[in-house]
Amino acid sequence: MRTDYDVAVVGGGLLGSAIAWGLGRLGKSVAVLDEGDISKRASRANFALVWVQSKGLGMPAYTVWTVQASQAWGRLASELKQQTGLDVALQQNGGFHLTLGEDEFGQRTDLVKRMHNQTGAADYKMEMLSASEVKKSLPLIGPEVSGGSFCPLDGHVNSLRTFRAFHTGFKEFGIEYFPERPVSAISKSGGEFRLTTPKGELRAAKIVLAAGNANQTLAPMVGLYAPMGPTRGQIVVTERTMPFLPHPLTTIRQTDEGTVMIGDSKEDELDDRTLKHSISAVMTDRAQRMFPHLARLNVVRSWAGIRVMPQDGFPIYDQSETHPGAFVACCHSGVTLASNHAFEIARMVAQGALEAELVGAFSASRFGAAGAANNSGY
Amino acid sequence: MFRRSEQDKRPPVQIFVDGVAVAARQGDTVSAALLASSCDARRSTAVSGAPRLPYCMMGVCFDCLVTIDGVGNRQGCLVPVAEGMQVEIQKGKREIGK
Amino acid sequence: MTMAPKRETYDVVVIGAGPAGLAAAATSAEAGLSTLLLDENIGPGGQVFRAIASTPVTERDQLGADYWAGADLVQALRASDAEIIHRATVWSLDRNLEIAVSVGGASAFVKAQRVILATGALERPFPISGWTLPGVMTAGAAQTMLKSSALVPDGRTVIAGQGPLLWLLAAQILRLGGRIDRILDTTARSNYFAALPHAFAFLTSPYFAKGLSMMREVKAKVQVVSGVTELSASGDGRLTNVSYVAGSKRETIPADLLLLHQGVVPNVNLAMAAGIEHRWDELQLCWSPVLDASGNSTVAGIAIAGDGAGIGGAMAAVVRGRIAARAAVEVLAPAAAAKLAPMATLRADLAKAERGRVFLDTLFRPAPQFRIPAGDTIVCRCEEVTAKDILDAVAIGATGPNQLKAYRRTGMGPCQGRLCGLTVTELMAQARAKTPQEIGYYRLRAPVKPITLAELAAIPKSEADVKAVVRG
Repeated sequence: MRTDYDVAVVGGGLLGSAIAWGLGRLGKSVAVLDEGDISKRASRANFALVWVQSKGLGMPAYTVWTVQASQAWGRLASELKQQTGLDVALQQNGGFHLTLGEDEFGQRTDLVKRMHNQTGAADYKMEMLSASEVKKSLPLIGPEVSGGSFCPLDGHVNSLRTFRAFHTGFKEFGIEYFPERPVSAISKSGGEFRLTTPKGELRAAKIVLAAGNANQTLAPMVGLYAPMGPTRGQIVVTERTMPFLPHPLTTIRQTDEGTVMIGDSKEDELDDRTLKHSISAVMTDRAQRMFPHLARLNVVRSWAGIRVMPQDGFPIYDQSETHPGAFVACCHSGVTLASNHAFEIARMVAQGALEAELVGAFSASRFGAAGAANNSGY
Repeated sequence: MFRRSEQDKRPPVQIFVDGVAVAARQGDTVSAALLASSCDARRSTAVSGAPRLPYCMMGVCFDCLVTIDGVGNRQGCLVPVAEGMQVEIQKGKREIGK
Repeated sequence: MTMAPKRETYDVVVIGAGPAGLAAAATSAEAGLSTLLLDENIGPGGQVFRAIASTPVTERDQLGADYWAGADLVQALRASDAEIIHRATVWSLDRNLEIAVSVGGASAFVKAQRVILATGALERPFPISGWTLPGVMTAGAAQTMLKSSALVPDGRTVIAGQGPLLWLLAAQILRLGGRIDRILDTTARSNYFAALPHAFAFLTSPYFAKGLSMMREVKAKVQVVSGVTELSASGDGRLTNVSYVAGSKRETIPADLLLLHQGVVPNVNLAMAAGIEHRWDELQLCWSPVLDASGNSTVAGIAIAGDGAGIGGAMAAVVRGRIAARAAVEVLAPAAAAKLAPMATLRADLAKAERGRVFLDTLFRPAPQFRIPAGDTIVCRCEEVTAKDILDAVAIGATGPNQLKAYRRTGMGPCQGRLCGLTVTELMAQARAKTPQEIGYYRLRAPVKPITLAELAAIPKSEADVKAVVRG
């Protein structure tokens, strides 16, 4: 292994890959350290939405950040296409959250109102639509659909292809990808970071911790703080079918390949090898009540994945005061925010400091005393 | 591609393949009946549209997918024929609701 | 008409009604245990005894005495109190021994004290150029049609590959008046030498005499080309030609039907989805479950019998079924075990049935070029992914089959890796200079066979389940 990298990114999932790709794009020499074939990889276990609506209640800055990401995604998709020839199938023609029955419609209406009333938040242009209005865009909805919210900024993408495109782009940028090297220790000496892996030590001037939930363990090694609260989600996937769903929903989307993904649960259970079929049953039951035509499709796959989730649900971007040059990045929405990670976070890491006006709200100092002691709060 | 041995004395069953009557035998699977008939039973795949016929005949390869009585993507090698059954050869992805 | 299971709990649930499953269920029921046998097919028999209770082939010697032995197993089972359900697709089995089974479009859940998996084998993938063309099938497919519908090849037919089943099929086709134009034997010449040290055991095994006479019978009627080292199928929209190299000679012959076979491998999907540990078997070149002498797996309460436990053939499968069932009886109803054949006798039977297996495995170990393809040859039939695509993915960092899924969707189609999994593991192992054991396999999950969305949606749900999904 070389030892003179500008930056070592710990974590080769969608978030780490986006930052690494962004750094490579700026001409930095980058090493990406990743786990192996069986890692709990959120890049494989995601719902692939590029999603805006309903995000950021309780943190107005997150709404601004999310809208920025949504707007930058087109540029990311086209740069990836140009570089790798891979079409990540970005579609941003607006997305729905459908409700079943009047209670759900009422609850969603309240949520939309609260989002609107939040001061300092970006305007999501989110609106409630009646069932008949929804039907104009989604003609196949069933009689139980009471309406839903629509946000014109919402969309989705082929997340697996995005992941592949980043990794294909690594070659072009000269980024070195090292799988099967989980990092067990990090130290700093002689002005550089030393990362211990089962296959030897790697050195770099800067490091970005992008290891998902494992950031909680890694962050304290370099004076950072990243409290995580992972949850499990289950997804059901059908066989390929002709296109029938022109917009993505919070819980149903049709991939460009034709499969239909149905999500998603939120469970405390953290074993991603097991499944609870009764939960899949709730998800698929709701899906077929929204679109009765789905009933006959075959389910070819279901899986559980572990969400990367900072404790309060909002992203953490931070830099270390005790170990200058060490950064941490973790968030739940690695797909939606990929554009910001590739362009903005990479740019800031390259220049050596996070910008408070852009991402200051995401410092872990918000977690109070424990965080404040370690993180800069820049 | 296949023909019936003369010793087969099972009663006949009539099925319809894309609307055309096809003679099958009681106990045939849909795929066996198709391969024994003269009809062009090639489906085309949902990915590239490439033509396929059954490969394994034991329920593992999914190259025998057909629409049976209006329901798409059934494994023809696991479903026995029945009098009057309507079979459609699938071209590409199935349609939702079918 | 097929019916849902009568009870919610059973002492023993056996999955698969081939030789091992039939024997296991009969043994378990004979000892008085409540026993349920679930099978996906229309009737009992599995692959080896396919259509044993319904075959239209009336001239018995055409199928051979080994086939009809299955009738006794079916009879024994039917005389027992075991509950048998056909056209029952088990789509989930978990560590709590809860089984989800789809019968007639609805799913039922049953719990067992002991589960015996007898899901058997499937034919090893034979990924040559053109193997997805219409007109290319497995030899087993042709045999299935022959047994269950008395169908025989009609057009220009080529059989290619190696192994005992290939010769049996050829003999059966000829006896039923079917057509075979040529047999291309791909057995590697070096295998004969490798197998030699194991020849004595084989000579004294029941396979030897039968195998030899069958080969003679076939060779008298069909041109057999041995030492085939390259093989491909071609045609525009359907098979028209088969090309091969034998010795230094390349030949292309017209063909309407190409039947491929290079042995069988354990059908691991349900066992792996249940979390049972498997290891790479370097001789049989496949994944085999980690089992104790009674077939107990690494998941408490689940045993595996038959070819799913590692390829052993039909006779061994029957004995392994009895051993697994007896082991279950010893735990659940020790007093009743006295009624059954003693374990020592069963183990002796197994040793006898397995005699000669190493010779066969060594002789018919498929050559690398027929297991590990290159270039544009399709590996994953469902998602249409080629060998080159997979090597490209390795080049950008794919370490194993699961990361490969993310890059290329291999194994994500309806067959769930059954037709590509072994090839993917071996191809990646070769590309990364690792062992197949180090590369690993797809992480498999329920449903191991597709079920309709409506069927999944109809499963009973609790308030907590709803709360885990509906979050406003």
